[in-house]
Amino acid sequence: MNEVAPMEQFSEKPLVEACARAPVGLLAELTHRCPLQCPYCSNPLELDRVNTELTTEQWQDVMRQAADLGILQIHLSGGEPTVRKDLEDIVEVAAKAGLYTNLITAGVTLTRDRLKRLKELGLDHVQLSIQDVDEANAEKISAYKNGLAKKREVGKWVREFDMPLTINAPIHRHNIENLPNIINFAVEMGAGRIEVANIQYYAWALKNRASLMPTRAQVLKSAEIVEEAKERLKGIMVFDFVVPDYYAKTPKPCMGGWGRGVMNVTPQGRVLPCHASESVPGLEFDNVKDRRLADIWLNGQAFQKYRGTSWMKEPCRGCPRAEIDFGGCRCQAMAFTGDPANTDPACKLSPYHQAFVAAAEAESAVTEPPPFVYRRMSPTKAAAAE
Amino acid sequence: MNAEANRTRVIIVPASKPALPPHIKLRHDAGRGRWHVLAPERVFEPDPIAIEILKRCDGVNSVEEIASELAKDYNAPLQEILADTISMLQELSDKGVVKA
Repeated sequence: MNEVAPMEQFSEKPLVEACARAPVGLLAELTHRCPLQCPYCSNPLELDRVNTELTTEQWQDVMRQAADLGILQIHLSGGEPTVRKDLEDIVEVAAKAGLYTNLITAGVTLTRDRLKRLKELGLDHVQLSIQDVDEANAEKISAYKNGLAKKREVGKWVREFDMPLTINAPIHRHNIENLPNIINFAVEMGAGRIEVANIQYYAWALKNRASLMPTRAQVLKSAEIVEEAKERLKGIMVFDFVVPDYYAKTPKPCMGGWGRGVMNVTPQGRVLPCHASESVPGLEFDNVKDRRLADIWLNGQAFQKYRGTSWMKEPCRGCPRAEIDFGGCRCQAMAFTGDPANTDPACKLSPYHQAFVAAAEAESAVTEPPPFVYRRMSPTKAAAAE
Repeated sequence: MNAEANRTRVIIVPASKPALPPHIKLRHDAGRGRWHVLAPERVFEPDPIAIEILKRCDGVNSVEEIASELAKDYNAPLQEILADTISMLQELSDKGVVKA
């Protein structure tokens, strides 16, 4: 049986069909508010304020439109999605519309009663993030007290209600040595799935790259640990292993290709090809308040800009991997080379590749990494949000 | 259910009675004209044989019964179909898509 996510099998078909095809998943960033301050947060540096967030009705409409468009799975994320008091109202509409609903949560603001209610309303799956299984280290990473104990409790409730649980573990130099214990934690919690997700360096993570980057030796060791655990836990827990692309030879097929399978809606309603794409200049982002989701997907300038392969330059153009990795990540190309249409520097064919690898090697070799820049709303924005 | 209940690998045998767990959804997608299996953060596209097997995974039919039904429908040797069915269900079980 073939896996479809995040794109369907389709690499040999022409571009026109790519545009006409419906996305499989939608990441709904319900809010940028979060009690945790992890320095690798995937939210943009400029966080949306609470008073600019979409209303309940607007999110419900996004859910209905998503189902009409052919989207199969909805990922309710943030920030921390459970800080929205209307999460139940959004889940109810999404489930009724036939969407497979996934809650991506840090857990610390969730209560047993709310989770029970969410399950009754049709929530299909819970992805619970952990920072580490060492309490003190988890506190240091998230700048949040007693988070791990709360997460344990939430994991127990998820299993008590017979819901499937994924443990999401973002991996970096401060917890990579604990990987075997992190895997054991997921088994103990009854997780059916674990994401061992090396940090991808965008937004806050890019700002904190020198504090977070593991060494090549650590990454290779972690890959061995995952391989061994995968075999040992076959039929018990499914693994997703994301490597840091700084040590790769070929780039990742970011989002399964631009505008091919996934779309992202920000707290304010802007519709993005990926959650980091606001860092790419020259893109015009439509808002669900102004335009239908299907129209944005098919015709939106931001989606059209890097869809397919016609935008590519050398060495992507004509590369046999052009429709396998789609030139990697536009945001990373922008951040490291200054031109989003360049090949991703993670590709060994990029003229920037050596400098890219050297940056990771140099930063990870420093014994005393710089302190974290915690993910916080800027003071003026925070004041405005009060 | 307690956390330990599912912590051993299920081995599919002819007497196993496979079923889809409640969070796994086999859905016909009218817009795309095909079947999908919706799983946590995964979408699978089953081939025609997998669809026929999955439709029969109701927790009542045994693997042997499913295979003999398919052998009849496709006019194929039972032992061959049974072996194929077991290996497919084992793979699906390892992916968390069926339980038995």
